[in-house]
Amino acid sequence: MSVSASWYLTLAAVLFTIGAIGLLIRRNVLVMFMCVELMLNAANLTFVTFARRLNDIAGQTAVFFVLVVAAAEVVVGLGIIVSIYRRRPGATADDVHGMKG
Amino acid sequence: MTCVLAATIPDAITFVIAAAICVLGALGVVLARNPVHSALMLVMTLFGVAVLFVEEDAQFLAAVQVIVYAGAIVVLFLFVIMLLGVDQKEAIQRDPLPAQRPVAICVGILGLVEVLLLARGRWPSGARSVSGAIGSPGDNVGLIGRSIFTTYLLAFEVTSALLVVAVVGAVVLARRPRRALGQNGAPTGEPGDSEPGDSEPGDSEPGGGGPGDSEPGGGGPVDDLADLEVTGP
Repeated sequence: MSVSASWYLTLAAVLFTIGAIGLLIRRNVLVMFMCVELMLNAANLTFVTFARRLNDIAGQTAVFFVLVVAAAEVVVGLGIIVSIYRRRPGATADDVHGMKG
Repeated sequence: MTCVLAATIPDAITFVIAAAICVLGALGVVLARNPVHSALMLVMTLFGVAVLFVEEDAQFLAAVQVIVYAGAIVVLFLFVIMLLGVDQKEAIQRDPLPAQRPVAICVGILGLVEVLLLARGRWPSGARSVSGAIGSPGDNVGLIGRSIFTTYLLAFEVTSALLVVAVVGAVVLARRPRRALGQNGAPTGEPGDSEPGDSEPGDSEPGGGGPGDSEPGGGGPVDDLADLEVTGP
């Protein structure tokens, strides 16, 4: 018998919280992006845990799609970050307020 | 602790070690000052999550996690860090919102405690085995493949469109705009010179020879290099 689902879900909640806090307190755009990846991984862990607990393969399929979306998101996001840094080197998230009203 | 101890000993040990690796890596991502260290800590977390996937009978996803995340996404992060040269420390001193960090930490921990309290003991709920049981005959890869190519075929096709859009978007974002280059690279106003890298010898533009268009030292070597980068191929 393997470890019960509650522990996996607790771990996923902790990982998600760490990612969210990191997204809020960091200023470096790249590190904020990595924190988004952390949150996505926590969600993936939740999906897989529910897939095992509810005995349904759809949870693992959802993780597959999340991976694809994460890859696309990283590609576009890093492109945006590269273009931001090209305009103003050493920019943090606070420096990018060009669309503020 | 009783739930962990209810498992067999190897499973419990594996879970505890992998969970510790995950949490330590996540903390390292958040707390490391150097973005390169953050990326390496992210690899640590991803490997821990892959171990947990194996522990939960998701072998295909564990392999994909290592290949795609640790092998492609983090390497992409590292490439961007190295190319941009942003691996210096973050300037903590000039913080426009000084109260944001403690408030953010408090809000995050409050949310975590809420989730853990509200869902205590009643985590999984819902129908079982709606779209195919994990325990049905066939290995993990076969089950996921059958699920993707039958039940979720439309989503799979849309995924391909998403990837194409992402690739096109990345190319559009990463190429240097030609108009901004004209403003930067050619300070001497030449209205007919729309393509500065066009160094054809038989160039019949009035007011300047073919090689004379891009070579005089008005812009300096950096601008010439920028010209070459854009109009090279």
